Amino acid sequence: MSVRGEVLRDGPGWDSPEAKALERTWRDKPGLVAWLSTVDHKRLGLRFIVTALCFFGAAGVLGGLMRHQLWKPDNTLLGPDFYNQVFTMHGTTMMFLFAVPVMQGIAVYLVPLMIGTRNTAFPRMTACAYWIYLIGGLTLFAGFAVNTGADAGWFAYVPLAGPEYGIGKRADFWNVLVNFTEAMGLMVAVDIATVILKMRAPGMSLRRMPLFVWASLVTAFMIIFAMPTVMLGANLVQLDRMLGTHFFNPAEGGDVILWQHLFWFFGHPEVYFIFIPALGFISAIIPTFARRPMFGHDAIVLSLLATGFLSFGLWVHHMFATNVPELGKSFFTAMSFMIAIPSAVQIFCWIATLWTGRLNLRTPLLFVLGFFFILLVGGLTGIIVGSVPLDLQVHDTYFVVAHLHYVLIGGAIFPLFAAFYYWFPKITGRMLSERLGRWQFWLFFIGVNICFFPMHQLGLEGMPRRIYTYAAETGWGPLNMVSTLGQLIVDLSMLLFVLNVFLNFRHGERAADNPWGAPTLEWAMPSPPPPYNFVALPVVASREPLWSRATGGATHVSGLAAESREGLVTTVLDAVPDVRYSYPSPGIWPFIAALAVGFWLDWSIFSVQGALWGMIPPAIAFIGWFWPRKKETAEHLALEKRP
Amino acid sequence: MSAAHRAWLAAVSIAPIGAIASPAHDALRAAGPQAAHIADLWWLTLGVCAFVFVAVLAALAWALWRTPRSDAGTPADAAPAPAAEKRIGRRVTVAVTISSVLLIGLLIASVMTDRALAHLSLDDALHVQVTAHQWWWTVTYDDRQPERIFTTANELYVPVGRPVLVTLHSDDVIHSFWVPSLHGKKDLIPGRVATIQFRADQPGEYLGECAEFCGLQHAFMAFDVVALAPAQFEAWADAHRKPAAEPEDAAARRGRDLFLSGSCMLCHAIQGTSANAHKAPDLTHFASRARIGAGRLPNTPANLAAWIADPQKIKPGVNMPAHLIPGDDLGALVAYLGTLR
Amino acid sequence: MTKAMAIGVAGVIVLMSGCEREERDFDRTALRSNPRAQADGMADLQPGQPGRGMRPTASAGGYNPNSAYEVAQGKQWFRWYNCVGCHAQGGGAIGPALMDDKWIYGSTPDTIFATIVDGRPNGMPSFRGRIPEAQVWQLVAYVRSMSGLISPDVAPNRSDGMAGAPPEGRREPTRPDENKPK
Repeated sequence: MSVRGEVLRDGPGWDSPEAKALERTWRDKPGLVAWLSTVDHKRLGLRFIVTALCFFGAAGVLGGLMRHQLWKPDNTLLGPDFYNQVFTMHGTTMMFLFAVPVMQGIAVYLVPLMIGTRNTAFPRMTACAYWIYLIGGLTLFAGFAVNTGADAGWFAYVPLAGPEYGIGKRADFWNVLVNFTEAMGLMVAVDIATVILKMRAPGMSLRRMPLFVWASLVTAFMIIFAMPTVMLGANLVQLDRMLGTHFFNPAEGGDVILWQHLFWFFGHPEVYFIFIPALGFISAIIPTFARRPMFGHDAIVLSLLATGFLSFGLWVHHMFATNVPELGKSFFTAMSFMIAIPSAVQIFCWIATLWTGRLNLRTPLLFVLGFFFILLVGGLTGIIVGSVPLDLQVHDTYFVVAHLHYVLIGGAIFPLFAAFYYWFPKITGRMLSERLGRWQFWLFFIGVNICFFPMHQLGLEGMPRRIYTYAAETGWGPLNMVSTLGQLIVDLSMLLFVLNVFLNFRHGERAADNPWGAPTLEWAMPSPPPPYNFVALPVVASREPLWSRATGGATHVSGLAAESREGLVTTVLDAVPDVRYSYPSPGIWPFIAALAVGFWLDWSIFSVQGALWGMIPPAIAFIGWFWPRKKETAEHLALEKRP
Repeated sequence: MSAAHRAWLAAVSIAPIGAIASPAHDALRAAGPQAAHIADLWWLTLGVCAFVFVAVLAALAWALWRTPRSDAGTPADAAPAPAAEKRIGRRVTVAVTISSVLLIGLLIASVMTDRALAHLSLDDALHVQVTAHQWWWTVTYDDRQPERIFTTANELYVPVGRPVLVTLHSDDVIHSFWVPSLHGKKDLIPGRVATIQFRADQPGEYLGECAEFCGLQHAFMAFDVVALAPAQFEAWADAHRKPAAEPEDAAARRGRDLFLSGSCMLCHAIQGTSANAHKAPDLTHFASRARIGAGRLPNTPANLAAWIADPQKIKPGVNMPAHLIPGDDLGALVAYLGTLR
Repeated sequence: MTKAMAIGVAGVIVLMSGCEREERDFDRTALRSNPRAQADGMADLQPGQPGRGMRPTASAGGYNPNSAYEVAQGKQWFRWYNCVGCHAQGGGAIGPALMDDKWIYGSTPDTIFATIVDGRPNGMPSFRGRIPEAQVWQLVAYVRSMSGLISPDVAPNRSDGMAGAPPEGRREPTRPDENKPK
């Protein structure tokens, strides 16, 4: 609490009294309640990442089960009912519970560090989002554990997931999961967008903002526009299932295709929620390992923006086999081709950067190179599936399974591993083993190709998706066996990664502040970062703050309170200091609100009354959360007065 | 061990060896103009994509090979020389331009292929109505004269060289009609009527599949497309217009009595008898089909006996129930069904 | 920790009750029907004869009111076997209404089973040997759901056709007016 007239303020120096005061102010207390109440974006981001990786493991096991069922014809490992649950859970978990949350979690962790601020804008909202995500994921898996796993595909087409053919509660679990994950996504997206636009370090104009931050900003806005659509669609299906409405019943004026439009309008941008942050990783890693700034920085920014916009114009390419008008379909082919151009711009700029740099061939760069190869295959098969006539042959076959895994694994997972190896030293203060990293990379690269490349041919030979087995005389057996071998190699590479992390996160080689010699602000602090990030917020004068010589003028912000959680709000375009902002302090209400929301949504799976009366606990929780506190208000008012 | 169990074991053991070779199902081996147009576009697109792939990877490999190495301590070049940047910038611009031109070219090729698919001549087309159910197909051959309309199931015979216009309906959930050798696919969506047109230019057997996830037995919802010379097709169609013949021998007659007095007639139809339900495949000319269970098994007496005794063992979740039938009754039923040519 | 574990265990137990609802038993071999039962030449469905159809048939224990799959299959048979032809979608036509609380012969599963298998006077045919027993039990469960006697979790939702009646899962449970068999 500030003493009147003598507020202790922050300033440079990691060992200064100011730093110690900041440590006292920002460090979380020990204990379970404090752990549940944290608003430290780094702890929250790590929670998202670790939970998402657990879901990744679970979904990977499910994928392995599928491959073990399919490796030979007429296999009886999984019956059709369980197989339908397994592939639905695999897709749903990967897309909703792993890929988007892990990217959001990394953004929550990294963005404040990269833009030179102390926390995200609404950390309590992000904390609440995490618990909502966890409860949603556990709900889905609880259903799976009792034979109530969603079984209509990750896209849950009606009428199969509708009231007549979606028997039991399985589709209800899926619809409610969508509510959980999209609520989480929206909350985190709003937080990220706000911190990027309003809380960058002074001098970090939009033109000086790192490319990963641009990627996070574009993703956040895409999420805000796309996620409500699938929430709406899933809730309409729930109304049909629980109340007997007719949104998707053609006999009573509804339309089955409506669901496909609502879902894919979200579903196509969704893959870009996963892909664009990964492009951000690549843009962060390449300059460091090429020892030069990114070539075509502005072109890449414009490409990210273009990709974000264009991704909303592609969704009907998932519906080319339906009887929507043919001319309209051609429009979506054109848009699907057009979105390749900004991706091409980025790829060529990256190659140009590598071409004119000096390469440090460490594990993060290896994964980036793997990304180029695998994404290129996936992107080019994307051109194939984007063309209406070709898609009419390969839609809903293993060709598309190959395409989607190449783009997701190449375009997201390889960059994700590159990011892990790159930022692990910053997060934990330890280096991962280079040797294990190389082994993991090669096994993963080879395994992915052996697993998924044969699927292109299987699709052309007529093997449809989502089949639990096939007859021997189709001739699909040998390639399926090869594919399963590849999956085993991928599993091995994942084990190596787990081993690498396990061996090194406590006992690995200690990491310096900036072990890679990187240019961005997150490397200007100890590894791991202190809870307050910066003793004094930096002032930025170039795109690569750690590579540029100081040019005179202010280098740090001074004057923010050290005994109160205070930060700086700057203007949107040029990051000119604007107002001082009091960050929310830790509190248990976000956790309680998430429990209440979880209670409400879980009850609504089983009962219409639950959907209605279950709203009361969240209402109470949110009122409790937002109710102004006298002590906090007094503190903020005291800080608002001029010193 | 019951007769049914023995029959099933026999069927499973001989099926791989004595199995009918699978009908053709390769999208790149076109047997008609629609699939041929698509295959042409495929080869063009594959060529362009392969070229781009090799070119981009070559550029990357070149960058990897000829750039000097560094480590974390090497000072970064924070302000690269403008002249070098301009030079590399020109190359990037050229690469983007070439990529865009190739993309536009592929777009034009795609649209042109679309037009070619839509312009299949439908003179003297054969009109067929296909209705998809969970997990089988009704196929009805239309005709101007109502008495020439006839229905079959899980098979689509077409005359070589004549266009076929298929109208697609769905009885329950979304399915997809796909014959890779002849054309791309079209979804059958409840509440909507879609059409697909193709022509088989070579005689042969082609595999048709359901290509939209439709529930428990989506994996085994196939239909046989058989292209016959026009005269043979007319002979086949004429045979199918006739009702079922009166069975000759006593066992077959007893089988028919069992069929009509038991549960079979509650779902199946056989023209010429009092069985006229439409909830399961029409069996009037069942013995002339190559496969049973929507393409699951070859149509042999042993397989048929196993199927009737317990379809759930062969296709779990299918709508046909298991039947507890003594061995000689089962034999009679199978004998009767074998007379339905 | 123990409190959390207790809540967890309780939650698991609650959820385990969902097991039965989602069971899909494709292979109910104990209940196969025998089409030979009426192979002595009768090809037509006969209305139940007085006297014979009144005895409840011994139930083979196949009634399962807890499986959503069974009830949904029952709903499918109700349409496929043309029960709607006489009973419409529950409101009754030439056959009595099935969604109200009036049960002429009783609402217990055994009596409904007997009604279907043995038939009843005044027009309800006997389906013995026609509809396999396992499917009859599914029909029994569905018929009970028509008047709200099956848990809303398990009862079917609306069908994808023209809406003739509220979805079975949203009907108020009726109190069956149990008339003794005459």
